[in-house]
Amino acid sequence: MLQIKRYVRATSLAEAYELNRKKSNCILGGGVWLRLSNRRIDTAIDLSDLGLDQIEESEGEFSIGCMATIRQIERHEGLNAYTSGAVRDAVQDIVGVQLRNMATVGGSLFGRFGFSDLLTVFCALDSYVELYQGGIISLREFANKPYDRDILVRLIVKKTPLACAFACVRNTRTDFSVLNCAVSVQGNRALAVVGARPMKAACYEGELDESFPERVASSLSFGSNLRGSEAYRRKLCAVLVRRALEKAGGKR
Amino acid sequence: MTVTIFLNGNKITEDVSPDETLLSFVRSHGCKSVKCGCETTNCGLCTVFLEDTPVLSCALLAVRADQKKVTTLEGLPKEAEEFGSFLADQGAEQCGFCNPGLIMNAIALFRENPHPSDEEIKRYLAGNLCRCSGYEGQMRAIKEFVRWRDSNEQRQ
Repeated sequence: MLQIKRYVRATSLAEAYELNRKKSNCILGGGVWLRLSNRRIDTAIDLSDLGLDQIEESEGEFSIGCMATIRQIERHEGLNAYTSGAVRDAVQDIVGVQLRNMATVGGSLFGRFGFSDLLTVFCALDSYVELYQGGIISLREFANKPYDRDILVRLIVKKTPLACAFACVRNTRTDFSVLNCAVSVQGNRALAVVGARPMKAACYEGELDESFPERVASSLSFGSNLRGSEAYRRKLCAVLVRRALEKAGGKR
Repeated sequence: MTVTIFLNGNKITEDVSPDETLLSFVRSHGCKSVKCGCETTNCGLCTVFLEDTPVLSCALLAVRADQKKVTTLEGLPKEAEEFGSFLADQGAEQCGFCNPGLIMNAIALFRENPHPSDEEIKRYLAGNLCRCSGYEGQMRAIKEFVRWRDSNEQRQ
């Protein structure tokens, strides 16, 4: 059961960062995942008053505040036009509308959860995270960084010309993915990101040819859990990469 | 800490514990339509509107609703009764436990998308579980309700 002693609405990122340096304190995202944990939190730090719940689009990029909800990115016309609906495809089956109205982009990405569909799709794009202390680093680098007490302020998605798509398999529609996959294609190069292995998203980049899906499947590691075995996931991987490539128009 | 929540149009100011959920808060103020089902954000029984957006009150801290408008089924008697009667007509309420959450989310769907397709209905209501009915009755009720509402609007 989650227990919270004190709740603070931060008035600045500096205040939030100072409070979050203490290990027993915690930044609140949507609070959805946190709610299921068995933790004692001294101070829950809410970033809701910092204006970080917007998605801003400029000529060269999208800037997504950490408190923007998953539903906001699902419905954002510009983001979905740029990704040919890949972002919407990745999030639209995450539980229900009510949960997606609460879960935040920052909370989902900062957790770097193995099951995350969001991490997978954004890793396939030219994405960066802005950290309060750590500055701007690529999302792929962030995904492999150890957990620390920094704050993910926003996600930046550059409008690099590429074709992308998302594919996944779920045992039931709103369950976690058994395996998820996002691809992006630039010329004859392709990047495949595979998540829910059940470990977190991992990348494979290479020349786009007939053997690309099999190369992805044989290069990445997979594991077994209640949703699927390692062998099943490896088979699934090549199929999903192929499907995603076809969807992205990079059919091979 | 002290919060002020505008629950169904009533301003309520009181002390709440930082880990009290909005579900517990609204129920303690008589909104018993809001149920605690799975408590793991999967079933949709605890759906309320926070500033007109459907959210799961079992996963929302009451302190985060400070200075905000919260609406439960009790605050939407006309809309709830209108749509609820279609659920009853179509035999879509067997035990009835899931109905308040479903009605809230269906109202949110009608406000956002007045003419949803079957696929849009299924996707929007995917977070509302019903263990009795298999969803056929709910589907019929939603489509019948949309037809009735449209013909009513045309008449006016």
